[in-house]
Amino acid sequence: MGMTPDTPEEVPAAPASRDQGNWATPVSKLKVGDLPEGALNRNVEGRKPMSPIQGFGKMWQKTYKVKVGSKVTPQELIATWKQNFPMFWPPNNFFYGPLTGIAPGEVAVLNLSMPGKLKLSTGVLVLYADDESFTLMTPEGHMFAGWITFSAYDDGTGNTTAQAQVLMRANDPVYEMGLTFGGHAKEDVFWAETLGNLAAHFGARDAKVETQTVCVDKKRQWKRAKNITKNSAMRSGLYMTGAPFRALAKPFKRSGSSAKQNL
Amino acid sequence: MAELSVNMTSRKVGDKVSVIDIKGDVTSASEGVLMQAYEEGGGEKSKIVLLNFSGLEYMNSGGIGMLVTLLVRANRHKQKLLACGLNAHYRQIFELTRLDDAIGIYDTESDALTAAGAA
Repeated sequence: MGMTPDTPEEVPAAPASRDQGNWATPVSKLKVGDLPEGALNRNVEGRKPMSPIQGFGKMWQKTYKVKVGSKVTPQELIATWKQNFPMFWPPNNFFYGPLTGIAPGEVAVLNLSMPGKLKLSTGVLVLYADDESFTLMTPEGHMFAGWITFSAYDDGTGNTTAQAQVLMRANDPVYEMGLTFGGHAKEDVFWAETLGNLAAHFGARDAKVETQTVCVDKKRQWKRAKNITKNSAMRSGLYMTGAPFRALAKPFKRSGSSAKQNL
Repeated sequence: MAELSVNMTSRKVGDKVSVIDIKGDVTSASEGVLMQAYEEGGGEKSKIVLLNFSGLEYMNSGGIGMLVTLLVRANRHKQKLLACGLNAHYRQIFELTRLDDAIGIYDTESDALTAAGAA
């Protein structure tokens, strides 16, 4: 009869992959860290990260590129971009990430300005980061399910090009409609402005941002239409609509809690 | 530009499975090599495309994006996309990026072929 050894046989550990430290550790649900006052933290905590596979709408690959010049190497550009990511965003849009900059596994809260003075609260997970690129992954309820990869490379002539590439599907039918009727154009403006600001930071003030859009999959995934239950724009809108009522209820809440303390 | 350090070859197993052996670094720059291997393995004629990652040395997020585009292509032709030979690290990445929702993952090639009914 065979004997079961008391200690399991030692298996030699597989050599660590070169990219081991570049990826976020697996998470099933996102967890938000400390945020500054005024940041609206809704629709992120407890949400699952989404890949383009889990989205609803057509799948798009959008690439935005700008030539930054020879004053900065791709590695220097990415280091600056990771450290100061929100600085290059268009005004009235806020990225509340860690003070230390972009790093794998970090979760950031986004407050984005939308039509009708709506402030949309959503977030991103830093999926991957190395010296020449980093990737953000969106959570459930975000406008789109997918990834945005920011990278920089030498174009072979000693000039550095910065690039943002989005691989995405609209998360639900409402977002799909929004993207079709103006949302894609707004997104193009957003990233063109961001890359323009980045190029200007490195001295390329009037650099032209090139945009390339490819429809990777024309099919909509109707089985994912139920993603609408997590729609962060609708939830942010409802939350903002409820703000006056919450303000009215606040004094009663306070007196309620102080009454409890007096008991 | 980044130097390409990947090798992908394809072979047929029976008449419905095409196996693509992946060795080296998988990044967005490998897309041409992967699509060529896919075509050489029978392209849309195969019922099952099995990606054998036992020679995988490095993968970045661009590589994962490339796999998503291959998945779209496979779905368009009603093909099943499977993966085998992933070490624990890359298996975690498939889970993190939720590729495992759409790509069947198996420990070994023979496990995948058995599951696909092609062993």
